[in-house]
Amino acid sequence: MVERYVMAVDQGTTSTRCILFDHGGRLVSVTQREHKQHFPRPGWVEHDAMEIWRNLERIAPEAVAQAGATPDQVAALGIANQRETTVLWDRHTGRPIGHAIVWQDTRTDRLVDELAAHPLADLVRERCGLPLATYFSAPRIRWMLDNRPGLRERAERGDVLFGTMESWLIWNLTGGPEGGLHVTDVTNASRTLLMNLTTLDWDDELLAFFGVPRAMLPRIRPSTETYGPARRVLPGVRIAAALGDQQAALFGQTCFAPGEAKCTYGTGAFLLLNTGNEPVRSAHGLLTTVGYQIGSEPAVYALEGSIAITGALVQWFRDGLGIIGSAPEIETLARTVDDNGGCYIVPAFSGLFTPYWRSEARGIIVGLTSYITKGHLARAVLEATGWQTREVVDAMNADSGLALKALKVDGGMTADNLLMQFISDVLNVPVIRPMAAETVSLGAAYAAGLAVGYWPDLEGLRRNWHRAAQWLPAMDPARREVEYDNWRRAVERTFDWIKPES
Amino acid sequence: MPGPVQSIERAAAILRLLARGSGRLGVSEIAGSLGLARGTAHGILRTLHGVGFVEQDEETGKYRLGAALLHLGTSYLDVNELRSRAINWADALAARSGEAVRIGTPLDGKVLVVHHVFRPDDTLQTLDVGALLPAHATALGKVLLAYDAGAAAALHGELEPFTRRTTTVPRELARMLAEVRDMGWAAEVEEMTVGEAGVAAPIRGQGGLVVGAMGITGAVERICGPGGRPKPTLVTGVRDAARAVSRDLGASRW
Ligand SMILES: Nc1ncnc2c1ncn2[C@@H]1O[C@H](COP(=O)(O)OP(=O)(O)OP(=O)(O)O)[C@@H](O)[C@H]1O
Ligand SMILES: [Mg+2]
Repeated sequence: MVERYVMAVDQGTTSTRCILFDHGGRLVSVTQREHKQHFPRPGWVEHDAMEIWRNLERIAPEAVAQAGATPDQVAALGIANQRETTVLWDRHTGRPIGHAIVWQDTRTDRLVDELAAHPLADLVRERCGLPLATYFSAPRIRWMLDNRPGLRERAERGDVLFGTMESWLIWNLTGGPEGGLHVTDVTNASRTLLMNLTTLDWDDELLAFFGVPRAMLPRIRPSTETYGPARRVLPGVRIAAALGDQQAALFGQTCFAPGEAKCTYGTGAFLLLNTGNEPVRSAHGLLTTVGYQIGSEPAVYALEGSIAITGALVQWFRDGLGIIGSAPEIETLARTVDDNGGCYIVPAFSGLFTPYWRSEARGIIVGLTSYITKGHLARAVLEATGWQTREVVDAMNADSGLALKALKVDGGMTADNLLMQFISDVLNVPVIRPMAAETVSLGAAYAAGLAVGYWPDLEGLRRNWHRAAQWLPAMDPARREVEYDNWRRAVERTFDWIKPES
Repeated sequence: MPGPVQSIERAAAILRLLARGSGRLGVSEIAGSLGLARGTAHGILRTLHGVGFVEQDEETGKYRLGAALLHLGTSYLDVNELRSRAINWADALAARSGEAVRIGTPLDGKVLVVHHVFRPDDTLQTLDVGALLPAHATALGKVLLAYDAGAAAALHGELEPFTRRTTTVPRELARMLAEVRDMGWAAEVEEMTVGEAGVAAPIRGQGGLVVGAMGITGAVERICGPGGRPKPTLVTGVRDAARAVSRDLGASRW
């Protein structure tokens, strides 16, 4: 019998990956391509959507070839993507309108302040479960429409389309200007500030509030559903799932029951807790979001703690400062010293997300003395991820009234043993990595495989989950308290850095 | 005996040229100085760039000596980077074989465990990253010794016995290592711990240089077939995984 596989596309902030999985959920082949990060001004972050599409065109067939397979052996394709990143494109030419504006971009901070002063601003959190912040898509769409003459008219006529990355890729895969499908999934739509969390449809009042024409929006579909066959790149392969990358990781970690949670460490880090079929409101700065929706079943919701900058700080240490040659060298460098030497780095590059939601905060390095070496800085870089996780877990515990007993982790940073040990130390719970570091991709594959019957049910997927590594807490409690206190004092010093326009 | 290899002589000249003066030169300047065709100089520069011996300035496109040259004597691949690059394949190997996976690099005549994936049965296991294993009594160690003549030569005198089956005579070990080189993988059956066995294969970097070893260990009755030799499917699995990592590290021929 010919072996069949499921393909996952993980369109991330820094790269796009294509992975084939077999029935056991085991990785068979993987191809990857980075795309350029454009930083045209302080606080601005952009991607070229065309470059990302071209990367996919190239790596998807490579992944099939690497497995020694042919496209007809690909039972289904699932997409996971960086969320909130906003692409506008011309329906007729297929050309993007300028660069995509990335989720870390803070150019809409003024606009968000203005919108927040509007009498109807409370509507936003009420309807979509998210705070009004630069992080999400709607203010970006508005910014683009406001800043390009004639664009609004074209959008109103439906000549210009909006999408997050999965919409852009599905539209291109299914034909682009020649009849491409313009769809998004509920998890991605739940990050726009435009979707009503209860009806799971675009909300007319939110559209009016942000001034976004409905004609440019994709149709909202369940996360797992056969959207249609690809007509380009892998013709005939069924596109059967799409989820935001963090939701995909929740799925890949098989957190299918209420109360199950995971944290994914990539460019940023995101802790998601399954709350079942009820959207739960947070009193501690967590987001209410859609976890996934399987076909016509009711949606499963999640509480999310979002950290904007974790791996990106390591990346900055490498590319911005040139202190290390590759990201993993951060661990080598950090191990040259025993502690942080009194130095703390708070990477509020895009403001602070959970639990603070302060877009005017900016990053700092505090505690500098002549004693500090690059080894101490490397420690402070890794510790920043640990303490940010602690703050998010504290918020999660406060909201749910239960204490987290162990943390399931995944993502590229989980290869860092020093960091994983530190996270376990500061949370004072075991940290567990499953046997699939590429959990985002696995989740997208699982979702697509379920849609086409490649996997029968969720229980079968659960049986594929195994523990690959575990770190146990070993920090002296008194030291933990002192360090946490230092961290919080450092955080306070980032506040109010960007002054309101007078 | 064949004469000197011309492209290597030219590569050496390019490096000497870059080591002089400002140390930043464009392709045409380099080609001009050495009397080479531009295409020839470019080809050599791309290859030197690929191995990290030269770097290129993103803005000006000029070349300079690469950081890798300065660190020729120290380890060429950071062990934490090796782990990052291997983690996907190590997970897949553990899931397929049902056994624990380890990746090792050489350290002072021993094997440093740089990565460890638990056996996928969800029993309590302890991460042993950072542990040192004896080279002559583990499959990982035999692979590392087999491809590092210097390290193997450093083992003399009686080798430490761990079980009745540990190879303690250097000459006998040397014969085993030759076999490992022939086969391209190493086995260890109850040489370290009674009841346990292991299989390992080399991880290669650019140009085929062995930078580490990757292998599985488990109960001897699961690892070995009736003849007391490792099961061929497990051996294939280990070799395929090590090859996949090697390919990702740029070892094109393996
Ligand atoms: N060993 C390591 N130690 C610390 N950080 C690391 C290590 N290896 C990778 N990283 C960081 O992890 C990130 C890469 O992880 P991953 O591949 O999961 O992210 P990503 O998928 O590219 O992120 P995104 O999906 O947001 O684009 C990079 O930001 C990198 O700096
Ligand atoms: Mg990712």
